Amino acid sequence: MNKIIKDRSYLLNRRNFLAKSSIGIGTAALSSLLGMNFLGKSENGVIAPTNDAVKGIIKNLHFAPKAKRVIYLFQSGGPSQLDLFDYKPLLRERNGEDLPESIRNGQRLTGMTSGQAKFPLAGSAFNFNQYGQSGAWVSDLLPYTAKVADEICVINSMHTEAINHDPAITFFQTGSQQPGRPSMGAWMSYGLGSSNANLPSFTVLLSRGTGRPAGQPLYSRLWGNGFLHSLHQGVQFRSGKDPVLYLKDPAGIDRTSRRRMLDKIAELNHKQLEEFGDPEISSRIAQYEMAYRMQTSVPEVMNVENEPDHIYKMYGPDSTQPGTYAANCLLARRLAESGVNFIQLYHMGWDSHDNLPTQIKGQALDTDQASAALIMDLKQRGMLDDTLVIWGGEFGRTNYSQGALTANNYGRDHHPRSFSIWMAGGGIKPGIVYGKTDDFGYNIIENPVHVHDFQATTLRLLGVDHEKLVYKYQGRRFRLTDVHGKVVNDIIA
Amino acid sequence: MKTIAKNTNLSLLCLFLGCLFACQSDEVPTTENTIFATKQQQIPDKIDFNFHVKPILSDRCFKCHGPDKNAIEGDLSLATQEDAFAALGKNKDRFAIVPSLPDSSTLVHRIFTDDPDDIMPTPESNLKLETYEKEILKKWIAQGAEWKEHWSLIPPTTLEIPSVTDQNWAQNEIDYFILNKLEEQQLSPNESADKAKLLRRLTFDLTGLPPTLSEIDAFLADDTPNAYEKQIDRLLASDAYAEHRTVHWLDIARYADSHGYQDDLERIAWPWRDWVIHAYKNNMSYKQFVTWQLAGDLLPNPNLEQIVATAFNRNHKITQEGGVIPEEYRTEYVADRAQTFSTAFLGLTMECSRCHDHKYDPISQKNYFQLYSFFNNVPENGLIEPYGAIPKPFIKLTEKELNEQLAFINNLDTMKEIPLMVMEEMKKPRQAHILNRGAYDQPTEAVFPNTPESVLTFDENLPKNRKGLAEWLFDDKNPLTARVAVNRLWQQLFGVGIVSTSDDFGNQGALPTHPELLDFLAVKFKEDDWDEKAMLKYIVSSATYQQSAKAAEDMLAIDPENQLLARASRIRLSAEMIRDHALKISDLLSKEIGGPSVKPYQPDGLWAETIGGGGGSLAKYVPDEGYKLYRRSLYTFWKRTVPPPSMMTFDAGTRDLCTVKRQRTSTPLQALVLLNDPQIIEATRVVAQNVVSEVESPEERIGQIFRLATSRQPTTDEINTLKAYLSEEMTYFQESPEKAEAYLSIGNYQISYSNPKPEMAAYAMLASAIFNLDESISRG
Repeated sequence: MNKIIKDRSYLLNRRNFLAKSSIGIGTAALSSLLGMNFLGKSENGVIAPTNDAVKGIIKNLHFAPKAKRVIYLFQSGGPSQLDLFDYKPLLRERNGEDLPESIRNGQRLTGMTSGQAKFPLAGSAFNFNQYGQSGAWVSDLLPYTAKVADEICVINSMHTEAINHDPAITFFQTGSQQPGRPSMGAWMSYGLGSSNANLPSFTVLLSRGTGRPAGQPLYSRLWGNGFLHSLHQGVQFRSGKDPVLYLKDPAGIDRTSRRRMLDKIAELNHKQLEEFGDPEISSRIAQYEMAYRMQTSVPEVMNVENEPDHIYKMYGPDSTQPGTYAANCLLARRLAESGVNFIQLYHMGWDSHDNLPTQIKGQALDTDQASAALIMDLKQRGMLDDTLVIWGGEFGRTNYSQGALTANNYGRDHHPRSFSIWMAGGGIKPGIVYGKTDDFGYNIIENPVHVHDFQATTLRLLGVDHEKLVYKYQGRRFRLTDVHGKVVNDIIA
Repeated sequence: MKTIAKNTNLSLLCLFLGCLFACQSDEVPTTENTIFATKQQQIPDKIDFNFHVKPILSDRCFKCHGPDKNAIEGDLSLATQEDAFAALGKNKDRFAIVPSLPDSSTLVHRIFTDDPDDIMPTPESNLKLETYEKEILKKWIAQGAEWKEHWSLIPPTTLEIPSVTDQNWAQNEIDYFILNKLEEQQLSPNESADKAKLLRRLTFDLTGLPPTLSEIDAFLADDTPNAYEKQIDRLLASDAYAEHRTVHWLDIARYADSHGYQDDLERIAWPWRDWVIHAYKNNMSYKQFVTWQLAGDLLPNPNLEQIVATAFNRNHKITQEGGVIPEEYRTEYVADRAQTFSTAFLGLTMECSRCHDHKYDPISQKNYFQLYSFFNNVPENGLIEPYGAIPKPFIKLTEKELNEQLAFINNLDTMKEIPLMVMEEMKKPRQAHILNRGAYDQPTEAVFPNTPESVLTFDENLPKNRKGLAEWLFDDKNPLTARVAVNRLWQQLFGVGIVSTSDDFGNQGALPTHPELLDFLAVKFKEDDWDEKAMLKYIVSSATYQQSAKAAEDMLAIDPENQLLARASRIRLSAEMIRDHALKISDLLSKEIGGPSVKPYQPDGLWAETIGGGGGSLAKYVPDEGYKLYRRSLYTFWKRTVPPPSMMTFDAGTRDLCTVKRQRTSTPLQALVLLNDPQIIEATRVVAQNVVSEVESPEERIGQIFRLATSRQPTTDEINTLKAYLSEEMTYFQESPEKAEAYLSIGNYQISYSNPKPEMAAYAMLASAIFNLDESISRG
């Protein structure tokens, strides 16, 4: 038999070994090998972030970070900026008139409206008012968001390259229109690691819109790890009995039973480690321990029973219904408190090609109160300063009606050339409106922000230079921002 | 002495191979740049251009001084000898490189200077050279700056096998190459693996399944000199061999049962998968296998089987998203076919030259679109219209054809006819253009079918279509085809290729650890008429393959990545192998071959929660029943946008694009799958019942379950540990019989248990624990 390799110095060497490899799990694996226990608990069952975090690949941040974590409230389908944030009275004045060719100026159309003979301008059915010190325009659809106008930065000058859902959402999430690249959360996990070794560093929560229940589909590649290590993939947290796939012990097996099994597995794996000296075996032992801890930590963080009533009131009536957007916002806050650094929500149903006034009411009702509550909840906990909250979809919608424009009904097609998102907390200037579109709400006339600029800015707030967070794969150094992206310094506090 | 393959330009080295490939910085770790840890940062005595210099130039300089003509800064290109040695500056009085005169070479000055305005690479590039890398460049110039063509673009040729001191170890030529390098380092190979371990390794590597206990016993009892060879032949002749090879090919061919974009509708592609199994079963030569798939429809009087093979080219994703411009997506499909060709068969990252000339390899944007134009002549539509239609071109396989010339297609659902997307060539080819920045709506210069001249000039006499392309690929002078193919076979058997970047043989790819061996195998493969079974048999017959996987502590330190192959590698089983392993040892595994893909257990709601309004037959996952739950994993239904989660957790590819190499990670989610997936729990409870009814004593039962999972007898120590565990669980379940009942009810499979349920549940837990051992999901 070969020399037994089990002394501490070997394990510490392994730390170096792992640090050099692209795996980036060294600390997690090691801590458990060395018998550290770093499961802390707070009173309402939220797990406190631990000191013994999983380190990312970036040893020294490129800039002083303003945000430590991101909560991304993705509004899938493309919310209509013209009915929510980008107030255009001209569209009401010229309601029904054809979009002037000088404004459209060769913009590509989707196959859904390219055959239309006319492009009748459609004024919003909803009234707008100005809110907060910034005087941000917000429509009546979003009364709660309006109340937090001084906390958020509305960007009315977003633009993207893709005009269809699949490429557009893939572009926003991965920096490329075609599938295969790592998602934003995976990049962040790879670069910055996790603040809690007992939870995945990148979690995903899905909800379905009531405005348009049969909306656009989602794809698990949107939270995929691409060519990065699979530890960086987004882990979907689901409502129901098994919040993470395969998390729950099978029927008939309780925690002590599971513990006994894991102890025996570890004991036998150690014997193999002694015989073969393969570091993969120590990694396997560590992963089983982390799985065991996840089995406790995930249900704890998902268990909202002890949240006080005033919190439910704040997030709205839906927040007591698991699987809704509001419930997911509340979970997002709990995950943030527990040291999950990238929390990605997707809310489906914003794709209003027809019947927009009805559909968007449902969507707004789903999301408005809880989004605003999340901001205020983070703020009252002192977490808004270092939590970046992002609200937005993959593109905007056209200023003209898709299909017939009637007295009280219209639809809007996809519009990549200008749309609105908002960002808050985490180093974002609060209470500002950034960027402008023309009076038709069709073209950007001031401070355009490209998707890659948005991604670069997000990384910048986290202390990361988007040109330096790279991974070499098939000979090429890949970045979230490909070869583009400029940090929008104007919106950074 | 026998003459064998050898690339004269690779006569040196590898000894210090690693020294160049330390990570450039903490933030750019790369899987390909693995190293011999102890050799880091040593400067070799004799600098070799291909192995020491070029990797530095490519990685740190080519971005601005490489093959991309439009990205050249300061008029200096280092991509060719002529350019690199040319006079620079207005007066043509400066030279980046002056052979033998480092002090006169501006390159040396610019990399050693401290002046931020002058230093190369520039600070803005975020790239930098380590001191030893600078020293290497300087020393290379001092030694005369000998220039060589990129190693993989020089066709492999023949020469002598290396000599070795130890004359007793080698089983075939492979071992001379391996041993020669070990002896250079004063190292010796490992002892042979014990027979049971060896049979486990061989059986998993060739069939994807574990050996049965009777197979192990028979092998252990066989003392004849060719006992091992008989096992190789038996396994290569099995159906399981063909199925296992097919798994690898499905990744390369980006096979799936759905179209992949947006609503991700169902497609029927499995008849092609059945053809692949059939081809492997009959050991079709690699040349024919690839030629039929690339161009079966263009062969003279093609038969139906040859046409079915071309479905390979239609496995790419196809969209049905209403608003898209069809031409934009058709462009993607053509690009996908061209990129699959270059990744799978040439090991080149052609996709990098879609938007501009390749930054690292001698492939221009024009080359890219010339290759693209071979695949541009399919009478297809970019958009599935109407919704749910079968994308043309396709054929309908009739019942008669399925019963006769296509009898290898398993028409299990007895469909009257089966539609299959295949290739067809338009009578008049579509004119291809260079697309500015790769965009479908920005055509510039017209281009015609051609291949990159840096690889091999396309013979004038070849037809300018896919058939000609296939002939070019298998031209004896093509430097890449055979190397790329044998490297993948090596990867299948050793876990890592001789070129670890099996998807990149270009300047940014890893260098071969054993270049002469790679060339030897490539030449042999061609000489043996591209016979894959023969090549696999040859490699597994080597002493190198048959070594023990035990790693001595000093060897772990010297060669942690096992590049020198002084031992066998322990390899975690793939996603498919792990599940099939569980099914096999429980005897649940169905023996059915081929047929429509099946839907085994999957957590509820995964498909339904991500769909929008569409999705058709794939809107909701409805698990199959009966034997379809227990089919080999290659038959598991593959919905691209929501692939089978337990398989993805074990690093199965997404099937979005051609993949020749999977990750092999270790994560907590894997532990959760093995502990809690009903598929595994069900299989292990069936194992328990089978074993309990076969043998009597607890020790024997433990021994047998352990052997099923690991192919070896447990030690006394291990038996004692497991016995203690068994009695703990027995107590647990006896105290709560309802828990035993619950645990034994997991999965659909009904058994009438022979013993009391608490006892059976304890054995089932025991089997689960054993199956969760690292050893059970590895082959060492």
